[in-house]
Amino acid sequence: MRKSGHRRQGVTDGRTLLDLAGTPADRGSDLRGAPVTADHVDDTVRKVDDRADPAGTPAYLDAASAAPPHPVARQALLAAQADGWADPDRLYAAGRRAQQLREAAQGSVADSLGVRPDEVSFQPSGTAAVHAAVLGGLAGRARAGRTLVHSAIEHSAVLHAAAQAGAAVPVGVDLTGRLDLDAWRTAVGADGVALASLISASHEVGTVQPVAAAAEACAEHGVPLFVDAAQSIGRVPVPPGWSLLTASAHKWGGPAGVGVLVVRKGVRWLSPYPGDDRHRPRPVGALDLPAVVAAAASLRAVLAEARTEAARLTALVDRIRATVAATVPDVEVVGDPVRRLPHLVTFSCLYVDGEALLHALDRHGFAVSSGSSCTASTLRPSHVLEAMGVLSHGNVRVSLHRETTEDEVDRFLAVLPGVVAGIRKEAGM
Amino acid sequence: MIEVDSRGRRCPLPIIDLAKRMPSVAVGAVVRVLADDPAAANDIPAWCRMTGQEYLGSPAPDAYEVRRLR
Repeated sequence: MRKSGHRRQGVTDGRTLLDLAGTPADRGSDLRGAPVTADHVDDTVRKVDDRADPAGTPAYLDAASAAPPHPVARQALLAAQADGWADPDRLYAAGRRAQQLREAAQGSVADSLGVRPDEVSFQPSGTAAVHAAVLGGLAGRARAGRTLVHSAIEHSAVLHAAAQAGAAVPVGVDLTGRLDLDAWRTAVGADGVALASLISASHEVGTVQPVAAAAEACAEHGVPLFVDAAQSIGRVPVPPGWSLLTASAHKWGGPAGVGVLVVRKGVRWLSPYPGDDRHRPRPVGALDLPAVVAAAASLRAVLAEARTEAARLTALVDRIRATVAATVPDVEVVGDPVRRLPHLVTFSCLYVDGEALLHALDRHGFAVSSGSSCTASTLRPSHVLEAMGVLSHGNVRVSLHRETTEDEVDRFLAVLPGVVAGIRKEAGM
Repeated sequence: MIEVDSRGRRCPLPIIDLAKRMPSVAVGAVVRVLADDPAAANDIPAWCRMTGQEYLGSPAPDAYEVRRLR
């Protein structure tokens, strides 16, 4: 009785993974394909049409939405499938094996980030991690106040969570997308501030934010700082001084469906979720442990090559910034040209419909992203471009990754001026 | 005052409408653009900055004024 009960229990609790992998008959083939994770319907992952194109082979230039999986992520995902399916909180052998995997992954990510293992928790996605950081950080500081101070260029996940704060105070940025530190100091010094939130570097324009100075201002007033480091982790170091930090594995080449939340020791965090009185974050529901293992292994691999990759991609982005400005008329390359992420560049073309531009580039095999309103489901322009005061239409974000070649970048730069000219001609410009 | 009515037209059409009217605007004269696309409030000042024209502000909802400088 007990034995069968245990077995049934194991299958039931592993259902999240089992359902996603399909029926036992086709599970194998699914697992050999692309990583199947709890977040596989996330529409931030853009699909690329892989058909041959006269312009050449397709080039995926949207790593800031989702980076192609690092080879180590693929290997680790497959390897972890064998032992990572059981509930790591159960006491039988399969559960213990899963627990060992979870602890190894947690230790590895902690080591990669330079924090303690018990400060790290895995969340169902980067967005879920951000929500947990903002809402849990606010709940832990309810006695101090209910106000969230945040930069005007946070990821929408922060802004949506901010809508649940008692009050949200946005702090502006300059034309390059860098935080107004004086306004920040005033805002975090006001009464009733529970938490402050600053993105490590803009996910839309790449400008690196003054995290250390912002953290200093927060520390002066005893306000914990949350840093959304989704675009920085695995690429550039994040300065210390923060209290909470989040990252998203599919931004560094890990699988989708793995978010990381770090809450430093001594920081008050209270679970914002129902049926829980925990004081340390834990995943809501079952963890996709094979994906978590793949995330941890790929982060280690990505960090080992980060410095070399950053130098290589910085040079490619410099080339894009200079060439676009020189070869496309009426264009504005936005974001800080120096204090920026190594892999990401954004520009806006006057008189060009962003959606038409994306489709035209896609027809040439290039996958890029846009902050133009016509490409957003909301029909509103990007709040980041608005906060900077730069042109929001005709906007293109190009983000590179470890598989991006010089040849791909050069082909993109060769195709772009003609594509832009064609769209302008159609509009009568 | 010259008026460009771009109401009901989506981004970037109001900016295209404005740019197409500029040659018929005397230097120093003011154009009023009527546009209800939410991007216009951001993109009309940005267009002025990029093209060296003067953005005068929004005197009424969905209305934007631009002075031709060159």
